[in-house]
Amino acid sequence: MSARVFSVSRFWAIVVKEFAQMRRDRLTFAMMLGVPIMQLVLFGFAINSDPKHLPTAVLLADHGPPGRALLHAIQNSRYFDFVRQVRTEEEAHTMLARGEVQFVVNIPENFTRDLCRGDRPAILVEADATDPAATGNAMAALRALMHTALQHDLKGPLSFLAGTEDAIDLRVHARYNPEGITAYHIVPGLMGVVLTMTMVMITGLAITRERERGTMENLLSMPTRPLEVLVGKIVPYILVGYIQIALILIAARLLFHVPLMGNLLLLLAAALVFIAANLAMGITFSTVASNQLQAMQMAFFFFLPSLMLSGFMFPFRGMPAWAQALGELFPLTHFLRIVRGILLKGNGLGEVALQLWQIALFAALALTIGVKRYRRTLD
Amino acid sequence: MPTDLAIDVRGMTKRFGELTAVDQIDLQVRAGEICGFLGPNGSGKTTFIRMLCGLLRPDAGRGTCLGHDVIAGSEAIKRQVGYMTQRFSFYEDLSLFENLDFVARMYAVPNRRAAVCESLERLGLAERQRQLAGQLSGGWKQRLALAACMIHSPKLLLLDEPTAGVDPKARREFWEQIHQLAGQGLTFLIATHYMDEAERCHRLAYIGYGKLLAHGTVAEVVAQAKLTTWSVRGPNLLQLAEALRRMPGVKHAVAFGNTLHVSGDDAAALDRSIAAFRTEAYHWERIESGLEDVFIHLIERSPDNFAS
Ligand SMILES: Nc1ncnc2c1ncn2[C@@H]1O[C@H](COP(=O)(O)OP(=O)(O)O)[C@@H](O)[C@H]1O
Ligand SMILES: [Mg+2]
Repeated sequence: MSARVFSVSRFWAIVVKEFAQMRRDRLTFAMMLGVPIMQLVLFGFAINSDPKHLPTAVLLADHGPPGRALLHAIQNSRYFDFVRQVRTEEEAHTMLARGEVQFVVNIPENFTRDLCRGDRPAILVEADATDPAATGNAMAALRALMHTALQHDLKGPLSFLAGTEDAIDLRVHARYNPEGITAYHIVPGLMGVVLTMTMVMITGLAITRERERGTMENLLSMPTRPLEVLVGKIVPYILVGYIQIALILIAARLLFHVPLMGNLLLLLAAALVFIAANLAMGITFSTVASNQLQAMQMAFFFFLPSLMLSGFMFPFRGMPAWAQALGELFPLTHFLRIVRGILLKGNGLGEVALQLWQIALFAALALTIGVKRYRRTLD
Repeated sequence: MPTDLAIDVRGMTKRFGELTAVDQIDLQVRAGEICGFLGPNGSGKTTFIRMLCGLLRPDAGRGTCLGHDVIAGSEAIKRQVGYMTQRFSFYEDLSLFENLDFVARMYAVPNRRAAVCESLERLGLAERQRQLAGQLSGGWKQRLALAACMIHSPKLLLLDEPTAGVDPKARREFWEQIHQLAGQGLTFLIATHYMDEAERCHRLAYIGYGKLLAHGTVAEVVAQAKLTTWSVRGPNLLQLAEALRRMPGVKHAVAFGNTLHVSGDDAAALDRSIAAFRTEAYHWERIESGLEDVFIHLIERSPDNFAS
């Protein structure tokens, strides 16, 4: 009997034991249901690789009917939403740099006059092309629309212009990443992704490891305060985060030739806040989780939506409003804007401050919860 | 500090859900005294010690530890108490030196480096200071733990089964050290299962099912139990024990090697019951009740409030 290759009763003993253990570990069970649901919702509803309704600023220097008709046609394409009318080019550029608008449409002075004369007036469209995927379809739609936009207005004496491609000279200026190189967009973003993944996990284990190995009892019997323990566990990993940043920056320069338009020091300072936010998140998970596995699962549960909703994998503006609102909560979303802004757009503190604040707020909140949740007794 | 009591607590109670792990325990330990803390597994020793050093919040009870309130003053207590956990709880991936250095920093020990080196020397750990704590054998781990919980010169040491799994020679050395330190004025509360260790304590507290069952010196504890014990030698002790246990007045009959200890708290009833068994084949002798007899008696007599 004992020589049997496969004993059904032994096999069944294992099955029963695994079920019993699975039932006790509620969090793991919840994760097994939660992860697929989250993926379904995010991939199914939130992701849209054909972003429409992109915020667009208008610089209108000619108020004639053809210009208005053209703007109307552009908006009707559903790719562009005119969110603001600006007066000067500087204003338009600031909005582009801050990422408040994706496009600026510029109808120049004397547009109507030049059109009537058949002088092919230019309209200038400036695009924030840091993410080539976000603007590609909109630009194609814009080109197609030039043929038909003025069909109704070009009547009577102007009918000679109708149907020709040459009535208007569409000039597109793809700013920040004129050649549309995907790596320029992905590689800086990767910095944020790598930091989110590693930092949250590393401190996620910090407290649970003490608890699991039994060293927590000793630590708690010594005179120490929660903030000392938590911050003490965070600080060493800030250094690790900087090493990762250095590696990615060097690779970005040497392998992918990503430009560095802005200030490196500003980037490093912003990264400090971002690293701290992720470490604080991790340590907070660590105070909530009852073992290391749970902490890892929580870290993963945080990482997944960060990745998908931050604008790293898919254009942020391609997502529905609820997903964008959710995305705004994650530090990664803001850090991506900061990194790309500094590297590609040459943004300074003024442009990144708002994003930086939101990351700092997140860090403070996460740490506060962590300190509150940190149990000073074994109860 | 108006009192010379290092520990003075009353009514200490801790509940885990339905279970009352520590039930209304009063305990006084004088400064410089070694108090042995005894009781079967799960009787609440660890829980009680954890409440003393602020690791668990008591559900009821109050009192002082080194003059500080056990609840409000737990930060101050932690600074002056050395707690050695039942399970080894230092960092196995740190060396001996690193572990001690960490603890010394946590307590802000003055002249840290010197203090660490001195403590390594004193416990004979100096040659092993670079070794990882995880690679140490049980006895050496125990030494490390003791060194670590004394590095900040505590006034009170709470040791939770410090010699479990340690060989007899190391245990003897350990106890010699304890007595030396007590002579210097340190106070000890030591949880243990060993009777020989219990007899080396100035005073004993015996708990069962969360309740304090006996308290006092060894002699006092034995006297309080009012236990009569007979030792019997002869053939077929197992059957004899079986038969004796059914007799009135016999509380227990326990084998000790080739002898059987028969005891009961009603001396007259016990005498009547064993009379029938006092045959030629058996050699009966009235003996002093030992601590172990007393403890077994105490635990069997006390109601099991866990089972109910
Ligand atoms: N954290 C806890 N949660 C629930 N029950 C506990 C906890 N700690 C101890 N107990 C229970 O309390 C009782 C006393 O345990 P303990 O103090 O460890 O006893 P001892 O140290 O004397 O062996 C045991 O029944 C144990 O199972
Ligand atoms: Mg115990």
